[in-house]
Amino acid sequence: MGLALSLEQAGVPTVAVHTHVFARLVKSTITTHGMPTARNVFVPQPIVGRTPAELRGYVEGLDPITKRPFIQEVIEGLSQPLNDNDLKGMSFDRSNPRLLPADTEDNLQALFIENKWTDFLPIILPTEERVAAMLKGTSHPPDKIVGRLRATAFREEWEFNVEQVAVNAVMAGCKPEYLPVVLALAASGMSARSSSTTSWACISVVNGPIRNEIGLNSGIGALGPYAHANSTIGRAHNLLSINLQGGSVPGDTYMGSTGNPLNYSTCFAENEERSPWAPLHVQKGFKPTDSVVHVFLAGWYMHAGFGPRETWQEKMTRSMQAAEHYSPPLWVMDPIVARGFVDLGYDTKEKLIAWMARAAKLPAREYWDNQWVQTLVHPHAVAGVEPYASKLKAAPDEMVEIFQEKDINIIVAGGETQGGWKMFSANYRNGTISIDAWR
Amino acid sequence: MADKIIVHDPRGFPPKVTGKRLAPRLEGFDDKTIYLVDCLFDNSEAFMEEMQGWFAAHLPKVRTQMIKPRESWVDDPEMRAKVVANGDAAILGVGL
Repeated sequence: MGLALSLEQAGVPTVAVHTHVFARLVKSTITTHGMPTARNVFVPQPIVGRTPAELRGYVEGLDPITKRPFIQEVIEGLSQPLNDNDLKGMSFDRSNPRLLPADTEDNLQALFIENKWTDFLPIILPTEERVAAMLKGTSHPPDKIVGRLRATAFREEWEFNVEQVAVNAVMAGCKPEYLPVVLALAASGMSARSSSTTSWACISVVNGPIRNEIGLNSGIGALGPYAHANSTIGRAHNLLSINLQGGSVPGDTYMGSTGNPLNYSTCFAENEERSPWAPLHVQKGFKPTDSVVHVFLAGWYMHAGFGPRETWQEKMTRSMQAAEHYSPPLWVMDPIVARGFVDLGYDTKEKLIAWMARAAKLPAREYWDNQWVQTLVHPHAVAGVEPYASKLKAAPDEMVEIFQEKDINIIVAGGETQGGWKMFSANYRNGTISIDAWR
Repeated sequence: MADKIIVHDPRGFPPKVTGKRLAPRLEGFDDKTIYLVDCLFDNSEAFMEEMQGWFAAHLPKVRTQMIKPRESWVDDPEMRAKVVANGDAAILGVGL
């Protein structure tokens, strides 16, 4: 979308083709880029899996949105004379008020739901008193800009300040002492409400002293709703992602096809006290006394198992082979599992991760037969970027490694009621953010 | 009657939108070069090839040129400059 608008501005008449399910999204995107009459045409969804003959049928058929011949719309889009609206575009300012008009609690709860400013569960209304109390959780001034968020790469970026993050933290039910964690999540630039059709969520994991200061759970039920801090901090990240990026509305600012239950709240801590290994933040170069949060674009798949038992290598290899191979795994291991691996000689996470990267292989034809690998990895392979270029040269039945060591992560969490692990799809894309910087 | 209260608006700061004009349109297609930009979504290349086939069959005086960015969702200034320098028009597909 950005390319089409850039070409128009450079003097090249352009028509962009999309599948019909994106019609509303396209309209809102070109409007917020100031070019609401940019020429767009539509073909039926999907393109993936259609034969050349079927695709030729799309070209010679009707635009499913306008019901007019597709190719006629393309030709007219490139050649029809411009009108006044085409020549001036559309300028507008959408400044939001700091405070809403006074109303009853019931009406305000209804307003927040109607405007899709919530996750449709009840919220704590952000009164001036509550927001002022929340702001006592940080030394930073309310008007300090924290960062920018957007629903996806081609959307506009919205900016936000400390007070606006605090408003969303109040809505989620956070205590003031949680605010530095919520600010760090907001500053990460990682939306917990990505608009990707792949229905991503954000898994956030906290390391360092703040875990115990605010009561983050890393023991029994760490990944579930069993601690106030875990539940409300994860929820705050989702609510602020909705409101500070310009919405998360299906068909407009959210296009995740199946959706994701992790979009309610997914925040937990590493069980550093019971882990035999270095915690994740130390692996990433931080000091043990630093408080940080790691953000993962996550949640496409989840596998689980026990171990390490006699056939652990076969079981874990099968899980990694079954994982959608664009998105690398984050392993969450109960302390019993971690100590079991130490007994087998894996006395660091790095040693176990190295084994995982060597063990997880697929025939090259299976590796490349994947929608996102084709879309996102294949261009790098063609450009000669390793290790993808070598995988592209491999014979169809040659086994190729699926994941690189740098992309695999391990967290120890759980209450030792069972020696189990869970493996989540989780891209360590936006990295590790200091919480101390937001105290 | 229930008391009224005042609460904060939870939204951030949207950027100000500045209107932008479209490029002048083509007055005819003969001898024009149209770039067909494959946006790299799975199977979009096959769709753009069918577009190219349609132009060859119905508007044979149009020169069509297939081109791809270096990766999905990332601006490719080199490719963009090539289209601006050598193209009379562009068709992008399929996807945002």
